[in-house]
Amino acid sequence: MTARIYLPEETLAGVLAKAFGNRSFLIGFAITLLVAAIALLSFAWTPYDVTKLVIADKTQPPSWAHWFGTDHFGRDILSMIMVGARNSIAVALVAVGIGMGIGVPLGTFAAARGGLADEALMRLNDLVFAFPALLSAIMITAIFGPGAVNAIIAIGIFNIPVFARVARAGALAIWPREFILAARAAGKGATQITVEHVLPNIATLLLVQGTIQFALGILAEAGLSYVGLGAQPPMPSWGRMLFDAQTRMVTAPWMAIFPGMAIVITVLGLNLLGDGIADILDPKSRRRR
Amino acid sequence: MKLWKTILAASVLSLAAATSAFAARTDLTLGIVLEPPHLDPTAGAAAAIGEITYANVFEGLTRIDDNGQVQPGLAESWAVSDDGKVYTFKLHSGVKFHDGSAFSADDVKFSLDRARAKDSLNPQKPLFAHITDVTAVDPATVKVTLDGPQGDFLYDMGQVAAVIVGKASADGNKDKPIGTGPFKLDHWAKGSEITLVKNQDYWGTQAALDKATFRIVPDAAAAVPALLSGDIQAFANMPAQDALAQVQSDPRFTVVIGATEGETILSINNKKPPFDKLAVRQALASAIDRSAIIEAASNGLGKPIGSHFSPGDAGYVDLTGVYPHDIAKAKAYLKEAGLENGFSATLKLPPVPYARDGGQVIQSELKEIGVDLQIIPVEWAEWLSQVFTNKDYDLTIVSHVEPNDIDIYSRPDYYFQYENPKFNDVIKELGSTVDKDKRLELLGEAQKILAHDVPAVYLFELPKIGVWDAKLQGMWTNWPIEADDLTKVKWTD
Amino acid sequence: MTAYLLKRLIIAALTLVLASMVVFAVMEILPGDPARLMLGLNASADQVEVLRNQMGLNAPLVLRYLHWAGGLLSLDFGRSYTYSVPVIDLVRERVAVSLPLALIALALSTIIAIPVGVFSASRQGRAGDTLTMGAAQLGVAVPNFWFALMLIYLFAVWLRLVPAGGFLGWSAGIWPALKSLILPAVALALPQAAILARVARSALIEVLNEDYIRTARAKGLPYRTVLWRHALRNAMIPVLTILGLQFAFLLAGTIIIENVFYLPGLGRLVFQAITQRDLIVVEGVVMLLVAAVILINLLVDFSYAIVDPRLRGRQ
Repeated sequence: MTARIYLPEETLAGVLAKAFGNRSFLIGFAITLLVAAIALLSFAWTPYDVTKLVIADKTQPPSWAHWFGTDHFGRDILSMIMVGARNSIAVALVAVGIGMGIGVPLGTFAAARGGLADEALMRLNDLVFAFPALLSAIMITAIFGPGAVNAIIAIGIFNIPVFARVARAGALAIWPREFILAARAAGKGATQITVEHVLPNIATLLLVQGTIQFALGILAEAGLSYVGLGAQPPMPSWGRMLFDAQTRMVTAPWMAIFPGMAIVITVLGLNLLGDGIADILDPKSRRRR
Repeated sequence: MKLWKTILAASVLSLAAATSAFAARTDLTLGIVLEPPHLDPTAGAAAAIGEITYANVFEGLTRIDDNGQVQPGLAESWAVSDDGKVYTFKLHSGVKFHDGSAFSADDVKFSLDRARAKDSLNPQKPLFAHITDVTAVDPATVKVTLDGPQGDFLYDMGQVAAVIVGKASADGNKDKPIGTGPFKLDHWAKGSEITLVKNQDYWGTQAALDKATFRIVPDAAAAVPALLSGDIQAFANMPAQDALAQVQSDPRFTVVIGATEGETILSINNKKPPFDKLAVRQALASAIDRSAIIEAASNGLGKPIGSHFSPGDAGYVDLTGVYPHDIAKAKAYLKEAGLENGFSATLKLPPVPYARDGGQVIQSELKEIGVDLQIIPVEWAEWLSQVFTNKDYDLTIVSHVEPNDIDIYSRPDYYFQYENPKFNDVIKELGSTVDKDKRLELLGEAQKILAHDVPAVYLFELPKIGVWDAKLQGMWTNWPIEADDLTKVKWTD
Repeated sequence: MTAYLLKRLIIAALTLVLASMVVFAVMEILPGDPARLMLGLNASADQVEVLRNQMGLNAPLVLRYLHWAGGLLSLDFGRSYTYSVPVIDLVRERVAVSLPLALIALALSTIIAIPVGVFSASRQGRAGDTLTMGAAQLGVAVPNFWFALMLIYLFAVWLRLVPAGGFLGWSAGIWPALKSLILPAVALALPQAAILARVARSALIEVLNEDYIRTARAKGLPYRTVLWRHALRNAMIPVLTILGLQFAFLLAGTIIIENVFYLPGLGRLVFQAITQRDLIVVEGVVMLLVAAVILINLLVDFSYAIVDPRLRGRQ
């Protein structure tokens, strides 16, 4: 779907006006902002200290003192969700960074060169795609040990081919354009053209893919932590909270309900944001609405 | 309203009549947490192998009972020579393996020789290290010669890895276990359940159950619904966590908290600075609040220990008061060691709830005296190679479930890296002492040395949380060895 | 056409070979010794060495790779270290759980997604569309394992309608077996259905804007007929592509769900094999899954080529 997005041929004011009229964008933007704000707030303040275990208060149901209840160590779940937001955002963001940082140069290079280099890179892409992502992530963490950093690497590796594909597809659409021909005529090299002309024109494409991968990264981090391979204690993480909750579904279902909702809301927000951006920047959307 | 009650009462009554019309049940489904990799106790260390096969499928010369006492097994009696070196076992007659072949002294010789052979893969090979010769005197008599008197020999011959296997069937036991016990393997649906059926040709008293199924139920989330719905009628050791109260309040179930041989300890790498300093180890021991750890890691069910010894065993000395929980004292010890500003270390945790949960509590407790622990979760494979074999660790939490294993602190090159000649002397004397009272005295002495010297911080004895249908009888209360002996289990009505 | 097929086949084979090397190399650097794990705490270093020799772990790397890869060619996956039975037997038992699970989930997801997609597309921009697509957005955002936990709590712990987990095997009867697959299948299907519904909707909208659809409508054909007969059929290509991808994902991606429900499927087998360092099992299963993905991609590519000859040149 993303390949259909072309560069915006309108003014900034026009884009902004459309943004304010786009429900997906507004809701998604608001949720994303809220989650980021909560994560930031957690650096300064949380209702309770999440590193302090209060065994006497273990598995308390939700109450006025603990809105979302407490976990099996007596920690406040609301506070843990707040701090956990940091971890989710950091892991997903860096993983997207890895994917973009390596995938985009690869993809644009393949598009610029074409031929054998292109073919080889794309087949390599296929190879990575052929491995079940989660299984490979589990193997990577099995080798290097569980932890937030290794989770980032594991998720990041699988972002690389995604961005490589998107960047290549976007770049291939740009290369035949007149202004590229003009730049070539002016004697600019492939690298220079890529940096000066191709990249700015596929930036929005990458932005949309970035939000999608960001959302997927949060889900992936949660999945890895859920099997015990993500962030390690005492650092709270949403997936890890679900891992601890799994065996206590019978006695303390609130331990599972709230962190799960945090994941759902965050991912929903990011997806809406991505959809919204795509809508705003997609010339076809005018026809669709 | 009244009518409704009458109808309800009538239907309940008729239902009760219907169930009592059946004869007593003869099948049982038990829940186990881990699936065994295979079913040969002489070829694998996994506890689940013994849990299923011990006393049910395979039997040894002697057997260990519920209270950890030695009872006759395949040997109906034995005699010990005056120098304590030669044991002569008289074997039961008419014993048959599940494949129909007759059991004789040759199988005993074969089994023991196989276990102590140079290329033996027996997981408990040290048990057989003192045997110098095994002779089949006649089909019903076996003579075992040792290199010296061994206080524990009869007990050791009753352990899981010392069961007797058939000469012809030994190599196939992993898949098709052929033993002499009252049950034989019916089928194994890998990943879900293992079913045993009664061995009609059993030499001893026939088991009351016709069929016993061990179903794999890894944790409380699945265990509780399975128990409540009646799918599973017994857990020798239930992964109950916080859900135990719910089961306890239900009159349909019996809950029996028993003892195991699992000393759960914070193992210390005694040669690695700063843990080579006694004061640092004392600081750790004083900073740790056992009751909080027991609450978090075993739901308050574990018994606190102060040394490497099970509170249920003869000769136990309560040493939990040697280093009481005292933060100020702990800080003073650190100061004595010149580390008043604290230090940081790693804590490697194997994938078991008591270690992972207990580790988090210890991390939070040691933070109070300025000791910063980095938790490194590891799989068993990594734990064995990094911690146990290569001693690449600072601290770890593990439960030592082998019975009578206080001697591990005297083993050269054991992963504690602990060396205390005084302790070694006590253990050496213990090994060759047969007199009961003297043995208990020596065991007490060994416990005291460990309690004061803190080669590890002693946390608690792992509890055995037995949960089963109230109508079921004969399940083991304690786990002197990890076994679900079903020979005396029956339904009552 | 033949040349194209041949080229694709060769590339697929090369990918498989490369994948086998990657898998083997990864297993080599996995820390932990399977022999030590099997023998436990009281085994001596000598014993571990004996077992390593028996398991063939001490042979040179290249030889072991060739031995293993050679076996693969004749579909011999070796013997499991822990279970000491042929890997292929283990796989066969586990596929009997994973494959039906994936198929049920796929069927469920299709049954939910297609009508929703059609409904939504036919009401494009109206309240019904906004509502269903909002629900689909929500479905995409739900982690399937969390959804699974909620299902367990509701249907197994609370209502006690279905077992909370475990699988007794098909020998216990079709109905009890299906019963233990229902919740996992639903948990797997929902997020997939949400994705599929979105794809179906946008593909349909695309097609509905095509000239021939307008012509069909202009000819006076009822909207319903146009929508279901003509538009949907032509929107099937992207839908089928996603379905193919989802099937591959479901086969391998059930790891977490199988762990939540303790289903003895492929995912759980490979997960346990990793922790038990049963390397040969991991290698075999991963290779099978990779081969399945490659095969599915190949089939999708071929069907494209058949449907749309123009694509042949581009690939």
